[in-house]
Amino acid sequence: MSVPSDRKYTETHEWFMVEGDVVTMGITQYAADELTDITYVDLPDVGASVAAGEPVGEVESVKATSDVYSAVTGEVVETNNELADHPEILNEDAFDRGWLLRIRADSLKPLNKLMDAREYEAHIAL
Amino acid sequence: MDPVFLGNVDASFMSQIPKTQQQDYPVLFEMGAPGLTAVALPESGVRAADRRRHVPAELLAEQLPALPEVGELDLVRHYKRLSHKCFSVDENFYPLGSCTMKYNPRINERVAAMPEFTEVHPYQEDADVQGLLEMLYWLRCDLAEIAGLAEVTLQPAAGAHGEMTGLMIINAYHRSRGENRRQVLAPESAHGTNPASCTICGCTQISVKGKPNGRVDLDDLRAKVNRDTAALMLTNPNTVGIFDEQVADIARILHAQGTQFYMDGANMNAILGITQPGRFGVDVMHYNTHKTFSTPHGGGGPGAGPVAVAEHLRPFLPVPQVARRCDGSFTWDYDRPHSIGKVRSFYGQIGVLVRAYTYIRALGPDGLRDVAEKAVLNANYLAARVKHRYELPFPPPYAHEFIAMPKFGDSGIGDLEVSKRLLDHRIHPPTMSFPIHHCLMIEPTETESLAALDQFVAAMLEIADEAEKDPEMVKTAPHTTSVKRVDEVTASRKPNVRWKPAVR
Repeated sequence: MSVPSDRKYTETHEWFMVEGDVVTMGITQYAADELTDITYVDLPDVGASVAAGEPVGEVESVKATSDVYSAVTGEVVETNNELADHPEILNEDAFDRGWLLRIRADSLKPLNKLMDAREYEAHIAL
Repeated sequence: MDPVFLGNVDASFMSQIPKTQQQDYPVLFEMGAPGLTAVALPESGVRAADRRRHVPAELLAEQLPALPEVGELDLVRHYKRLSHKCFSVDENFYPLGSCTMKYNPRINERVAAMPEFTEVHPYQEDADVQGLLEMLYWLRCDLAEIAGLAEVTLQPAAGAHGEMTGLMIINAYHRSRGENRRQVLAPESAHGTNPASCTICGCTQISVKGKPNGRVDLDDLRAKVNRDTAALMLTNPNTVGIFDEQVADIARILHAQGTQFYMDGANMNAILGITQPGRFGVDVMHYNTHKTFSTPHGGGGPGAGPVAVAEHLRPFLPVPQVARRCDGSFTWDYDRPHSIGKVRSFYGQIGVLVRAYTYIRALGPDGLRDVAEKAVLNANYLAARVKHRYELPFPPPYAHEFIAMPKFGDSGIGDLEVSKRLLDHRIHPPTMSFPIHHCLMIEPTETESLAALDQFVAAMLEIADEAEKDPEMVKTAPHTTSVKRVDEVTASRKPNVRWKPAVR
């Protein structure tokens, strides 16, 4: 499994990619694989505020329901509508087509504390 | 039939099974004929014309609801047939870890059915129900003795309700000392109800790390306990089936900061009569009577979650408390000014408490200790018999349950597959993937015979052999149940939970 090097990772298996002041986030392929078949994705509305360290949504699989945590504070500017009808996209392509949210972040600083691809690979190899 | 009630059954697999083995019966709506009925209702005393006058038009239906129309015998047969599909501990081995699916002795039912317990009303005078009150009083005392704590409330209606009550008592205690502590610690492997209870009580839950041997990491605990910590919620024996013998040290660390020690009593079955939580420093604990004292389990209730507290927490117990007067008569005591109040209407789940009391009295002190010893012996026996084929992530000895990891290379066989295959052996699967991923949590309980335990061992070893020699057999199991492997993914992505009539 390859972990893209263009983004940052949390210990709770979210990824964050910066484009200007907008941060795109999702869950990692490792997380999607561990959850097995994902059956439902609960995302906030566009315009909702999210806070760093707080849950922003939920991913449900046959096995478990997991909260998804934001690493930044800001406003949701876009959500991946396709996931409502096709949650399986997360299993197929968690790093690209399976993105969850785009957040206009108040500050990008919190991302500095996150892991890069190499560190995340070491984290999941434990 | 349309098998919608069963979830989405894999149609291709179902079609491979001879019709006679499918044992699928029509749903009630597909049976009977127009006009058949199992009950004879009297004519309505309200004339149709009056009905229109007294009931707002928008509440009157245009037509009768499409209720099933079947005769009484058909109805009886229908439910009898469905009952044969039930899987229960009365019929089969049920080693569901962390939930103590123990056998419920028949004497419990006999006592609970006594009219002195069933034909009473909570508004009756104390003088009319002295026997019932006496029973509750002695149960209160017995549970306090088993816990090694000062006093017990019988009011909470479930284990999680007991957790909430316990935390409310702890919060009231801290407030009485002018403190407002908002943090509650719990190990990573805590039952999901622990953080839920914290949140309901307005506290924040903080996880404490575990060590590789399944014990609490004391250094992490020390780092996280401070003057804002209201309590630690610990299950002991813990959720990985191990009695944490550091428990007295844990209590000392907590008490040094004024933090209360809450014990989740889910696993009391392993220590009944052997030790008492009050002796190792616990301040509050709850019991799950369905786990420890053989009251009915499952179906969402009714349950009971009595809470035991240490001396300094007595004033905060819920009211009313069953009490004995100086003349030996029994009554409800409401005179407790520091009480947190009521946590349930009336007095608790009396019908369940009667069964718990019966169990305790039928066994007596020595019998209860024997329960714990046999539960522990049985679990350790099973672990010793399967350990050469299933990895045991935590080192023995265990309490009344243990965790085994099905690991069979890249065969694709894990906890789910082994569980499904156990169904073909008429064994209920153990708990899966709790408290760690991909594990089986096995709890045999005390009442199983050596022969029943050996049958389980034989099934587990046979499945391990199959995993290597005939993995498809395991991966497509179960093969002998009325419902085969269901397509869980489609069932949850496109839920179809309601019967719909076939298009006519």
